[in-house]
Order: sequence, then C-alpha cells, then structure tokens
Amino acid sequence: MNKLWLIIRREYLSRVQKKSFILTTLLTPLAFLFFFIFVGFIMSYESDEANKIAIIDQNNMLKKAIKDDGNTFFSFPNASLDTLKAQTSRGEYNGVLVIPPLSDIQVKEHKLYYYSDDQLSLDVKSAIESAVSSRIREYKIETMNLDPQLVESLRTSVEIDPEPIIEGGEDISSMRSAIGAGLGFIMGIMMYMGVFIYGMMIMRSVMEEKTNRIVEVMISSVKPFQLMMGKIIGVGAVGMTQFLVWIILIPLVSVLVNLVFGFDAQQMQTPGMATAQMDPDDMQSMVMMAMQELGSINWWLIIPLFLLFFIGGYFLYASLFAAVGSAVGDDIGDSQSLTLPISIPVLIAFYIMMVSVRTPHSTLAVWASIFPLFSPIVMPARLAFDVPWWQITLSLVLLLATVVFFVWLSGRIYRIGILMYGKKVTLKELGKWMFYKG
Amino acid sequence: MANILELTDVVKTYQTTKAVDHVSFSMPKGSIFGMLGPNGAGKTSLIRIITRITQADTGSILINGARLNDDHPEDIGYMPEERGLYKKMKVGDHLIYLARLKGLSEKQAKEAIHHWMEKFEISDWWNKKVEELSKGMQQKVQFIATVVHKPSLIILDEPFSGLDPINANLIKDEIDNLRSQGSSIIFSTHRMEQVEEICERIVLINRGQNVLEGVVGEIKQQRKKNLFRYQVSGEIPGGILERKEIIDQSEGSYTLRFTEERDSNLFLKALVDAGVYVYGFEEILPSLNEIFIQTVQEQGMTIEEPINIPS
Repeated sequence: MNKLWLIIRREYLSRVQKKSFILTTLLTPLAFLFFFIFVGFIMSYESDEANKIAIIDQNNMLKKAIKDDGNTFFSFPNASLDTLKAQTSRGEYNGVLVIPPLSDIQVKEHKLYYYSDDQLSLDVKSAIESAVSSRIREYKIETMNLDPQLVESLRTSVEIDPEPIIEGGEDISSMRSAIGAGLGFIMGIMMYMGVFIYGMMIMRSVMEEKTNRIVEVMISSVKPFQLMMGKIIGVGAVGMTQFLVWIILIPLVSVLVNLVFGFDAQQMQTPGMATAQMDPDDMQSMVMMAMQELGSINWWLIIPLFLLFFIGGYFLYASLFAAVGSAVGDDIGDSQSLTLPISIPVLIAFYIMMVSVRTPHSTLAVWASIFPLFSPIVMPARLAFDVPWWQITLSLVLLLATVVFFVWLSGRIYRIGILMYGKKVTLKELGKWMFYKG
Repeated sequence: MANILELTDVVKTYQTTKAVDHVSFSMPKGSIFGMLGPNGAGKTSLIRIITRITQADTGSILINGARLNDDHPEDIGYMPEERGLYKKMKVGDHLIYLARLKGLSEKQAKEAIHHWMEKFEISDWWNKKVEELSKGMQQKVQFIATVVHKPSLIILDEPFSGLDPINANLIKDEIDNLRSQGSSIIFSTHRMEQVEEICERIVLINRGQNVLEGVVGEIKQQRKKNLFRYQVSGEIPGGILERKEIIDQSEGSYTLRFTEERDSNLFLKALVDAGVYVYGFEEILPSLNEIFIQTVQEQGMTIEEPINIPS
C-alpha cells in the first residue's frame, strides 16, 4: 500500500509540476472562452454592406411604406423599370424589386421579381420576403375590411407545462428538459474527453517506461500491478485536478471577460438562439427561469453519481490503454491499430449520448446507459432526467464488475507486455498473454 | 558458511522454450559469485526469478534459508543489463524515489544517497535532470540506486558494459567494499574473462542448464592440462627438448605439456643443470572461457546462439 502511494505521488507530482501542465490548465479556460466569443461573433455577424433596393409596386399595395430591415434599405423611386435597371447597373441600387398586382385577394402565393447582376444573398432574400409579406398581409386585411385586432387575436401561442401523475411528484417546467439536455451534454463531453485525454496520457507514459527500460528496475521493487494502478490513479488525480481548476476558473474568467470587454455572456453561450426575435424582457425572464431550474436540480445526487461513473469509466478505459501501451513499446503504428478497438466503443457511446439527451427514456438510451462499455458516457447524460433507481443501480453494479474484470485483464497483459521486446504484437497475441502464468 | 541463496531444480518455460531447465546451485553468504554463460543462456531469466520479476514454474528458491517471498525484493539490489531512469526527473529525487520503493524512509534515503554521491564525487548532480547526464554518468546513478538500501544480495547483470576502465574500476572497488561489509554479490555476464579475477565461485549456464558449478580455483585445478611456460634467455638446447610435447614456442618462451605434473619440475632442473638461465616459470591454468567450451562439448551440447527469447 505504501509503495502504491509512492508511485501515485510520483506519477501525480511529475505531471502537475510540469510547466506544460500548468500552462494548459490555466490557458484552456481562456481558450474556451475566446472560442465561444469568437463563435458568437461569427454567428451574429451580418453583412455590413448597405443594400439599397428600389421597389416598383405596380398596384401600390405597400403604400410606399415598408420597414427597413437591418442593412437593407427600401425605397420607392418614381422611375420606370428600365431607368432603375440602368441605375442599378451603375451601382446606385443593389437591385430592383418588382411587385406585380395580386391576381386574387385570397391568393396564397405571390411571386416577386428581383433584378440585379449580383447574387441575391440569403440574408437579403429573407429580409425582403418577410418585409414584403407582412406588408401584403396588412394590405389584405384592409382590402377585406377585417378588424386588425380581431385578426391578431386569431393567433394563440401555446406552451406545454409537464405535470406529474403520481402525487407528490415533482412539478417541472418545460425548461427542465432543455436544461437537462444541456447539462447531460456537458457531462457526456467531459466523460468522453476525460477518457481519451487521460487514457492516452497513460498509454504514452507506459510506452515511455518500457522504451527507456526503467520498468525492469521498477518491477524488481514493486509488482507490475502496483505500477500500473499507481500510474492510473496518479494520472486520474491529475485529471481531477485539471477539471477542478477549470470548474473554478471558467466562471471566474467569464465574469472577468464580461467586465473587461462588456460582452453579454448569455448571448455568447447561445449563439444559435435568434436573439433578434426575442425582446430583452423575454430574455431576462428566460434566464431567470433557467437559473431557477438549475437551482431545482438535485445536485447532491447528480454530482456524486457523475463522479462514480467518471471514476468507473476512467478506470475501465485507462486500464485498457495501459495494457496497449505495455504491449507496443515505441511503435506508434502498432499503438494506433491496437487503440482502435478501444476507441470504437467510446465513439459509439458518444453518439448514443448525443441522442440520449434528446430522448432520455428511449429504449436505446436506457440500455446503452446500462451496458458497461457505454454507461460511463451515456448515463451521466441522462442523470438530469429522473432516471429510475433500478437503472442507476444496475448500471453501477455492472460497471463495477466490468471495471474489476478489465483491470484484472489489463494487469495480466501489462505484466507480460512490459518485459516483452522486439515482437510484433497482435490482438491474438494479447489474448494469449492473459493466460500466461507468473 | 551459510548460504544466502539456494536454488533447487528451478524450471521456467516460455511457451516452447525452456529458458531455465532444472537449475540448482547455492551461493555462500558474503561471496562474489559469477553467473556465466553466452547470450540467451537463461541468465537473465534466472535473475528475474530471483528478483521476483517472474515466477519459476517449479523448483525452490531459498534466501537465507527462507522461501522467496514478497519481503525479499527489499533485501535485493538489482541492476539490469538494460538500464533506464526517468529522464525528466532530478537525480536526487529519482534516487530517493527508488530508495523509498525499497523500503527506506525519506530521511534514511537522503542520508544514504548523500553518502554515495559524495563517495562518487557527484554531489553537485543532485538537482540535475537525468537526461542532462552522459550515459556513463547515468550508470553511476544506476549503481547507487542498486546498492543504496544496503541489500544483502546484489545482482549485477553485465555491470561493466558501456563503462570506461576508470569507472569500471571504481565500481569494482565498491563491490569489494560492499562485500567486506557483508553483502553477497552475483555477477552475471557473458564476458567470462571480466570476472575471472573477481569471482570466487561460479556457475556456468548453457541452454538453461547448469553445466558447471564450483570454486574458481578448484575448477581450474581440476581442468588443468599440465601446461607450463618457461621463459629463458637464449634458446633451450635441442637435447633437453627431446620427446617433450611443445604446445607453443616463441622467442625465449616455451609452453610444454607434461603427462605428470611433477615432470615440470624435473624439466626445470634439467634446464638449470644445462646452464640455461630461467627467469620465468608458471603453470598455465585454463581460462573460464576454455573450460566452458570444453565442458559444453564434453556434455554433447551446443552453445546456444543468441536468440530472441521472450524474457
């Protein structure tokens, strides 16, 4: 036990004290933030060119009034189409829009003509379409002699509020599933990255030990299994340290960036949301609701469970990476062909996880979160969705059993592998090693 | 004298190869012991069994009369043929780490390492990274790591490979010191001439088998062929050499084989009587190399070519 502790300490300290570790740990949150800001900037980027569009309204449906949209400016010059075309060619306008009269007041589709030598960009196209269509709607209401207020009242927006059937069940809002999906997605990604980054770290380190031959000195003092476990636990502790620093740093840095650059963090994090269609009050209330939902999530249950699955998944895959590292030595090509069988289940689990956050109670999600090779990545993604206890228990028990089995299996491969030199290693060979004695 | 190490009928098989084939030998406490044999003879396999890196299939290994167990590695110092250290670690930290894995406390480890580093005059390496050292320097560090916990059994696999003569002598002297402090030392090498003068006892291994074991002096005595070399000034008159078997003759140096050992003295007397000035007279004992080859041939075996055995 004492020796295992010494190994863990060395594996941990030798990594944590490295300059490169300190740099990546401190800079990654910054990099992430700048990435989000950058993405937000790109997503909200609109053409900065002004688009001047001349409209010929043949039936005067628009009454020479139409709202400009962003960088698109409309005008109704009194000129013929040919004059306007010529002016467009000279660059006075970007295009000429011809609105023919409606063939019938009840027509549902209406075709407009746009004259220009420039390509009509998607942005401009949709701006024109929505502006003109809402003006035609007003024209129709007026022509049909309808009461605009009555027409407006035809619109009803509906919202679904999920209610529990069993008494005393939690009353959750629809916001909950969005929050749950987001949370599940973040946890799933963390698992996925954790398994790969730290698994690879272990594999490289085992390969290095084998290549520079320190391993024989080591295992004349300690058992191969102790060496392997020491490395896995040590590197795991490194990962935990890194995550912890990030969990503390990311909110801190985002607040800081907010203060310095005045970016609206909320807007940055949801670049996909069409902020234009939502007035600031709505935004405010949505953020409030989201915060409330986040507060109502049972963190005391989710965080320990997440950690359990994280540790389980980490041990499972890390031990496999260690076994591969022990088998290949310094041959990068071999290591790639042998890591492939390990990577495939991780990748499959990742895709199932992406589906599971949308449909957390589908058959696929349920069984994938119980199957031990997938569960460490899929189950955390479902945790925010009130997973039945029997599923969590079954999943954990199976995971534990599999971890024990895989660590044992890897230990057996590792023990033979680290002393084996100059032999091309295949999967079949690895299989044989499991049954070697002593 | 009690035995520090006793092997009885030790067998180790890798799939199809018998790396160690019923090897038995014993090693007295406080001796310097040579384990000799060509590459691939099974020496490293044997060492790995003794250091508990692998386990024997059958057979018994006793250390100080007790069956080999998990406590013994702390009492053994092993320097493998293929040496390695963590390149990014500082020399001092590295030695402390290895010493602590052998059961020393932090304080004990520091004291012992300082002592050794002063002895080798390398105290200023403490904060250097291993990768900054030359190969020969790393070997010194490796040697300290091997002996820092005062093991009662020290096993050195090809200890002089890659060492310059000065450092090789330094290590030889330290090995003598350690022996006088009560350690027992196993030398494993295929360079038999290297250990001829250091080892008191040897075991010769070929193809995983113990082909010869015993005290070096006795082995040589048993295998001697009554060869004697006479060094004279001038030439030996032809008459005296009549009916004598001359093995080798060069300027003033004659090597002769006698059927009876005491005939060498009679020949010497004859030379002196004939007025030949003899300034050198010695018995030529066979080298371990010769003994090895002869023994292997007598037993109808072949010398194993170095092959790539999974070790």
